[in-house]
Amino acid sequence: MRSINLLAEGEAANPLIPHTAELVVGTIAFTLLFLVLRKAVVPMFEKAFTARTEAIEGGIERAEKAQLEAQRALVQYNEQLSSAQGEASKLREEARIQGAAILEELRTKAQEEAARITATAHASIEAERQQAITSLRNEVGALAVELASKIVGEALDDQARQSRIVERFIEDLEKSK
Amino acid sequence: MLALSNLHAEGDGFVPPSTNDFNLPPISESISWLTKPVLLVFLSVILVSVFFVLSSRKAAVVPSKLQFAGESIYAFVRNDLARDVIGHDFMRFVPYLFTLFTFVLTNNIFGIVPFLQFPAMSHVGFPYVLAVFTFVVFHYVGIRKQGLGKYLKEIAFMPGVPKPVYILLTPIELATFFLVRPLTLSLRLFANMFAGHLLLLVFIMGGDYMMHDSHLIMKLFSPFSFAFGIALTFFEFMVQCLQAYIFTLLTALYIAGALADEH
Repeated sequence: MRSINLLAEGEAANPLIPHTAELVVGTIAFTLLFLVLRKAVVPMFEKAFTARTEAIEGGIERAEKAQLEAQRALVQYNEQLSSAQGEASKLREEARIQGAAILEELRTKAQEEAARITATAHASIEAERQQAITSLRNEVGALAVELASKIVGEALDDQARQSRIVERFIEDLEKSK
Repeated sequence: MLALSNLHAEGDGFVPPSTNDFNLPPISESISWLTKPVLLVFLSVILVSVFFVLSSRKAAVVPSKLQFAGESIYAFVRNDLARDVIGHDFMRFVPYLFTLFTFVLTNNIFGIVPFLQFPAMSHVGFPYVLAVFTFVVFHYVGIRKQGLGKYLKEIAFMPGVPKPVYILLTPIELATFFLVRPLTLSLRLFANMFAGHLLLLVFIMGGDYMMHDSHLIMKLFSPFSFAFGIALTFFEFMVQCLQAYIFTLLTALYIAGALADEH
């Protein structure tokens, strides 16, 4: 091996002098590789890069749209909520006022009724009392006259006298009480 | 050095690796051009092509693991190199920069891949070719953008400079654009790979030599040489990635410069 090497060289080779074969081979090899990479590799990677960029941009766009929609829904929901709350408080207020009015009305009515009932009761009691007094007076008078005439034995048919006697009798009754 | 490189007989002391270690014989003697670096360069074309075609074939929005791996490298070149450096209208140059990066990176890494273990870019012919490509691309872009006359004039006579300064500046600028840029681009890559490989050879071969030496002390120190060789392998990996990055970055910068309205 060594001897072949030395024979081929003759003298010490200058490493800065290129071999012609290597210049040719280098040119061919590099050109070949360049053509392959340019034709088959670069376009494929570029395609993937473009697709990726688009996918990312599309994703961002979709996300933005979804966010916008969510925000809109939130605003709408908040509006609905606040209007519902307002309505509810209004209703509550109305109900409170109405309730108070009803209560007041009922109380007045009840008081009136009570007063009326009391008055009626008073009147009927009074009437009954009067009636009782009158009938009592008549009966007691008749009884007393009958009793007295029975006892005294004299007929007291004279109206005026009769009533005078009854009066006196009652007065005596009241005095003896 | 010269004397040593002629001495390959065993037992004459340690023969340090030399530039001749980079002149590998043809694989088959009948095809003189088919050497190991040539094979490696073709292998790199196949590997890179297959990997990226497979990983991009079913490129989807949600990437598979394979797609993610290929896509990460592609996105790095596309976004961090092409887009951030060239800016507007960068897509035109992505295929070229992408090829450049993957091609250089793969061939560099071959330097530490077991059994391959040879960085093809340590053969100066390949970096030369790449530098010429970049040279053609960025000048072509500049001429297309501004027209040949205006492009050359802008390079030679940088606007906004006092006239007497042109005596100094014009030769420097012309040399920069037409000589220094392609040369530094290719030589930087070549030299890094060359030196890195040489360094690994020194420590691995040195360790091997010490291990087979009759002295006990030499044998004892041999593992250290190997360990250092392994540590340097990691270091080399970093350099290999870095050089691929720098080559691509500078190409992008040159293109951006040619596209800019004023230098």
